[in-house]
Amino acid sequence: MGAFYLAIAEHGKVGNIRHMGATGQPAGQTRHMHVTREHLVGISGDLTALTAPEARDLLVRRQISATELAHAVLGQIERTETQVRSFITVTADEALAQAHAADLALSGSDPGATPPLTGIPIALKDLFCTTGVQTTAGSRILQGFIPPYDATVVARLRAAGAVFVGKANMDEFAMGSSTENSGYHPTHNPWDTSRVPGGSSGGSAAAVSAGQALLSLGTDTGGSIRQPASLCSVTGLKPTYGRVSRYGVVAFASSLDQVGPFSIGVEGSAMVLQAIAGADPMDATTAPVAVPDYRSTIRDGVKGLRIGVPAEYFTAGMEPDVERLVREAIQTLQGLGASVHPVSLPYSEHGLATYYIIAPAEASSNLSRYNGIKYGLAALDEVDMTKAMDATRQRGFGNEPKRRIMLGTYALSSGYYDAYYRKAQQVRTLIKADFDNAFASVDVIASPVSPTVAFKMGARIDDPLAMYLSDVCTIPVNVAGLPGISVPCGFDHQGLPVGLQLIGKAFDEATLFRAAFAYEGATSFHRQRPPLARSEASANQAPHA
Amino acid sequence: MTATHHAGTSPATDYEVVIGLEVHAQVVTESKMFCSCSSRYSGAPPNTLVCPVCLGMPGSLPVMNRTAVEATIITALALNCEIPEFSKFDRKNYNYPDLMKGYQISQFDLPFSQAGWLEFDDPANPGQMRRAGITRVHLEEDTATLKHVRDSSGETYSLMDVNRAGVPLMEIVGDPDLRTADEAGSYLRALRQILRYLGVSTANMDEGAFRCDANVSLRPRGQAEYGAKVEVKNMNSFRSVVRAIEFEIVRQRDILDAGGRIVQETRGWVDDRAITVTQRSKEAAHDYRYFPEPDLPPIVTPATEVARLRSLLPELPDAKRHRFADAYGMTADIADTLTQTRALAEYFEQTAHLSGNARAAANWITRDVLRILGNTGAEIDQILLTPAHLADLIKLLDTGTISVRTAPEVLEEAVSTGSMPHEIVQKRGLGQVSDTNALTTAVADAIASNPKAVADYRAGKATAMGFLVGAVMKATRGKGNPGLVNELLKQQLDG
Ligand SMILES: [Zn+2]
Repeated sequence: MGAFYLAIAEHGKVGNIRHMGATGQPAGQTRHMHVTREHLVGISGDLTALTAPEARDLLVRRQISATELAHAVLGQIERTETQVRSFITVTADEALAQAHAADLALSGSDPGATPPLTGIPIALKDLFCTTGVQTTAGSRILQGFIPPYDATVVARLRAAGAVFVGKANMDEFAMGSSTENSGYHPTHNPWDTSRVPGGSSGGSAAAVSAGQALLSLGTDTGGSIRQPASLCSVTGLKPTYGRVSRYGVVAFASSLDQVGPFSIGVEGSAMVLQAIAGADPMDATTAPVAVPDYRSTIRDGVKGLRIGVPAEYFTAGMEPDVERLVREAIQTLQGLGASVHPVSLPYSEHGLATYYIIAPAEASSNLSRYNGIKYGLAALDEVDMTKAMDATRQRGFGNEPKRRIMLGTYALSSGYYDAYYRKAQQVRTLIKADFDNAFASVDVIASPVSPTVAFKMGARIDDPLAMYLSDVCTIPVNVAGLPGISVPCGFDHQGLPVGLQLIGKAFDEATLFRAAFAYEGATSFHRQRPPLARSEASANQAPHA
Repeated sequence: MTATHHAGTSPATDYEVVIGLEVHAQVVTESKMFCSCSSRYSGAPPNTLVCPVCLGMPGSLPVMNRTAVEATIITALALNCEIPEFSKFDRKNYNYPDLMKGYQISQFDLPFSQAGWLEFDDPANPGQMRRAGITRVHLEEDTATLKHVRDSSGETYSLMDVNRAGVPLMEIVGDPDLRTADEAGSYLRALRQILRYLGVSTANMDEGAFRCDANVSLRPRGQAEYGAKVEVKNMNSFRSVVRAIEFEIVRQRDILDAGGRIVQETRGWVDDRAITVTQRSKEAAHDYRYFPEPDLPPIVTPATEVARLRSLLPELPDAKRHRFADAYGMTADIADTLTQTRALAEYFEQTAHLSGNARAAANWITRDVLRILGNTGAEIDQILLTPAHLADLIKLLDTGTISVRTAPEVLEEAVSTGSMPHEIVQKRGLGQVSDTNALTTAVADAIASNPKAVADYRAGKATAMGFLVGAVMKATRGKGNPGLVNELLKQQLDG
């Protein structure tokens, strides 16, 4: 029995409460609400199909209540979770309490003055420390670890009024591209549950795609936000390294990890970044760079925007449909007034190799604190202190963390450091310089996110190299510390989603939002929902829980 | 006998001893190195000064304590080091339960400082100084403390106190320039004195605020390469450092003399047995897999900042010693005594300034004040007798208000009550009588009532004068100014 089922069992009455509607609302407003719902989310009136800005608008205008919205997503979780399995822990009680508090705030004289995410349901990757709620990083070694502190991003979302629906599944310690490396269970792609949702933030992407949350938070070390966003047809942003605090985010590769949002529609991601971005006194690697008002420029269009297209990112192994859809997307942007220019990023081909030295090296060190002495799993049957520490690690870590600990330990070992770690850092500088050169003449770089659409579960699990290649287009962006966004750009011949990656200059997320928003406004891919998320589907499908 | 020995293994081989010391000194700061927990853990209940950062909880990140960095750079400047513009922290990876993160944040190839030197008294040539190189002074974090216990049923277990984890720790690495155990002792005393002068560390070895490891090797005199190095740990006093090195020199010499080979290893000093024992061989030595700490950006220390920190350097012991000898005309011994600590030196200078009599200030301090400190175990800034008190006493003497004979009594009362000496003298009527009229009567009385002594004086007997002075002093209960009494007696007897 996973933690999810325990949580659901405790909150089994969620589905019933949902039909009770918002309490204490004047009848007149309720009538008006139905009209607005139909206008905004179609005939179904499904609140889980709302985008974050739409929900904000309805909440502020008191057309819906936060409690009603919370019930909607919790009901969606109950209905779809057995198929998708996005969560390690669902925090229904906390969500309803937060929603209640949000409704109190929204019932004040000036609902528009409430914090910008008041009452909006968000899923958190289980990598973010949450006070009083188990945080596992997808690993058995942290099972039962209940942090006494919030990650800075969690505290900021809390302050922004967000409602936390649960802790999303992920590859163990964010190591993976399919969420199959979770120490708990794999997550399924809502578009085809026989396929992976991508990873490592697969749970966060799938939750938003399936309407289990309006927004979610993930982390991206080598593509872990953008790739699952692409595979699940949602928007996902990896901000500039240093833009968002990493404090309280279980570390995988410290010089690469970055926190970012998932959303339906670009604006939701902008709202989340607005809430979480900015220097943090608890994270010395956050940059003291001012955070602009993203939504104030998001509608400015792409007229005159110079888009670079790197030939190196359209190469062998790429599925023809992916290439076609990405090129079409670039044409769409051109049609909206952007200009397109070839750029060259020759060192990006070494991105993967560089990453697979640096990330495991840092991980081997970051993961050495998990020895069962202070928290999480502990091999209590071992009496000897050293043996107990070793046994805890042997039992607690899955294969992928063990593989990377070994890779990283080797790369840092005396006699190998210069050949591997130092060399990788030097190549890193060159990859960064490539981007600097390119950005001298363009504002944004466009490329595919993933060379393939979502693959079948189990297809790459025994072939680490094939799995690593999932991130070939996203990894150089992390290595260079730049921001990148994934936006839905269509579906392949099997109906599987494809994403467009836009890469920006350091700290220029505003331009990415602007370009992505212009693009999605010219298309409708982001509004398409996987069949299992649609509420009409629920009529035929009884929940198994 | 010599025929049985192979060349190079003769007991007559003259070895040069090579010693380098690594000192860890806790830096005095309000908060820990990378979090805001208090670093004053002494006496705190176990595990009360902790937070997610110093506990190494998942997702926690270090934030650098700037005060500790400044203390390190100031120390390095006092040890004549170069301060590079770029510096960084590195991770030193090893697994031990007292290490919360599985790595220690330390500095590897770009420390805060390098290439300095320290001067210390040459134990072989009193009055002469020796100089040893300082390889580097860098900054790292302390570990938690482990206590291994055995309960009444005989079961053993370990208790951990994380209060000390993350306390800033300076590592002062010395070049292998020391040649005797006594030089090591002298080097450590000089280093400790500087750290205390700077106020950067309490440098108390018994509290663990000052720890020393010694690298000891021997090589045939004249040989350029160093011999195999043995690192000796676990010494808990300067004396045990000296003894451990002495032991190690003999042990290594005996092995070499017997034709053996020194194994490069880490040995621990066992104080009650006065020996070193093997702890870890080179083969089992850690590979620390150092790499740059990605959670902390590199540190830039511009020349202007170095200049600012240099301007904060106090006068150091050696300079102060020389200045005292020159400016106050005191002997090297007295200057040495008065500069033992910065507080004592300041006490002296204030007393000298307030009293206008440096010689008297030096005498009173080296004789009486140090005796009081020795008796009470108090620090100089803890006693009630301030420089103002002592200066007051010196002035009372210099103006003839009190006599040398009453001064100790006044001092004792000032020490025990904190009253100003002139108030004590006033209150208790201890003032010396220098009033000619008052004394004239006493002198006349003494002459009148001691005819035999007067006759003796007139007969040229020198001791008679002393007798008559004593009589006057007795009459004035010791308060008569002896010089004035003498003068008045002479006037009246001769006149
Ligand atoms: Zn702390």
